[in-house]
Amino acid sequence: MAENILHIMSDASPTPVRPPVKRHHWIVRFTHWATFVLLIGMVTSGLQIYGAYAKFGERGGPYFVNPFQDTEFPGAVRLGGWLAGALNWHFALMWALVGVGLLYLCYMMASSEWRSLLFRRRDVRGAIQMQQYYLRLRKDHPPQGKHNPLQKLAYTFIVLLGVLSVLTGVAIYKPVQFSWLTALFGGFQAARYWHFWAVWIFVGFTVAHVVLVFAVDPPSFKAMITGWYRGRFPSHD
Amino acid sequence: MIDRRAFFRLAAGAGTASLAAACKWDGGEVVKPRLLDIGRLNDWVSEKVLYSPSRLAREYATTERTARVPTYFISRTLPMLKDPAAWRLRVDGLVRQPLDLSIDDLMHMPRTTHTVKHHCVEGWTAISTWSGVPVSAVAERCELLPAARFIHFKSFDADYSNGWDLASAMHPQTILAYGMNDNPLPAAHGAPLRLYAPTKLGYKMTKYLVSMTFTDKRPGGFWEDQGYPWFAGI
Repeated sequence: MAENILHIMSDASPTPVRPPVKRHHWIVRFTHWATFVLLIGMVTSGLQIYGAYAKFGERGGPYFVNPFQDTEFPGAVRLGGWLAGALNWHFALMWALVGVGLLYLCYMMASSEWRSLLFRRRDVRGAIQMQQYYLRLRKDHPPQGKHNPLQKLAYTFIVLLGVLSVLTGVAIYKPVQFSWLTALFGGFQAARYWHFWAVWIFVGFTVAHVVLVFAVDPPSFKAMITGWYRGRFPSHD
Repeated sequence: MIDRRAFFRLAAGAGTASLAAACKWDGGEVVKPRLLDIGRLNDWVSEKVLYSPSRLAREYATTERTARVPTYFISRTLPMLKDPAAWRLRVDGLVRQPLDLSIDDLMHMPRTTHTVKHHCVEGWTAISTWSGVPVSAVAERCELLPAARFIHFKSFDADYSNGWDLASAMHPQTILAYGMNDNPLPAAHGAPLRLYAPTKLGYKMTKYLVSMTFTDKRPGGFWEDQGYPWFAGI
């Protein structure tokens, strides 16, 4: 473990050569990149759909607080050409995305990989230490396993956001058949609202995720493609 | 750190996706038909798995009505009858007893009134009160043949029409509406008679009705034929 306790931000010495470790099963790599591509399709078709009624609230208002009210997003980030085309993309890709999500979750359960990813109560302390380290309130990198507690928090959160997106999606797809679910989110317009906000959280997460990968642990990028990791944090829980 | 092959693989994926988005792509000749196939699968799931013929849409208080409900028609000008007194709803197709019903005939049939939320495919919603005769009451009067599985509703708004499955049409909240918000149905909302169902998206509710024909084959519809979901049950 000692070799993990390196202050990565100020580590000027070249990374010592370590034997590569197998990090990601092909199911994890496949679902990761498939989710990335499918999410682009869902977000872009979603922005085209949004354009048909670019606000939230009953006809005539009042409307929910929304910086994108009456915004028409640029053609470059819209998929489908018109409302029907976008709906058909959205309702086709949703099956693939849900399928990929279920495959990922099944693999997590079957392989016990979830143990190194699920954020639990006992990770709270470590998450605070990690945050202190990032804010430079702490000098040494706290010891960690495959993922640090903040990563666990992020990867647990993003799965929950996926679940929320599916549920709000169902609530606005079938607001009569699943009226209880629609009511749970505060009604049809509120469910639309949360479905829309999930998009921006996904986008924000992706940006932060990519920045952190390249700023903190670039070899993890290669690991998500080849499966093999050769970097600073090789140990498993 | 990043190997070149991996980078190109990633770039190719992201590039294809953003190119597709940039072109406002509806799928083109190859993908669009597949998307429509999946749309038919979604129709099947929506109709056979998710749809309950007895689950009722929530009703609202009349005080919750939306002040101004948008309307649309596909004709260039508001569709109006030259001679409203001569108007009849033609009921035919796979029935024992074809009918020609006047508004007066319809008003003497069982009457249903409900205040419900309208869901437009665009995403807006509006609450109104609709009064009329349940489609099931008309079906009973015209005596369906066992082969009847669909209804084709036609209008005098250009060639606007809709095809319905029988189960959705027989839902207790599916009505032929001649009244809106305690008044006769306005011309802007489909006078003299329109279809209304809170369990469907707005574009399935044929306005300016002239006929309903029972069929054994799935009828198309104005928007449905252009790629909008056929079932559109919510």
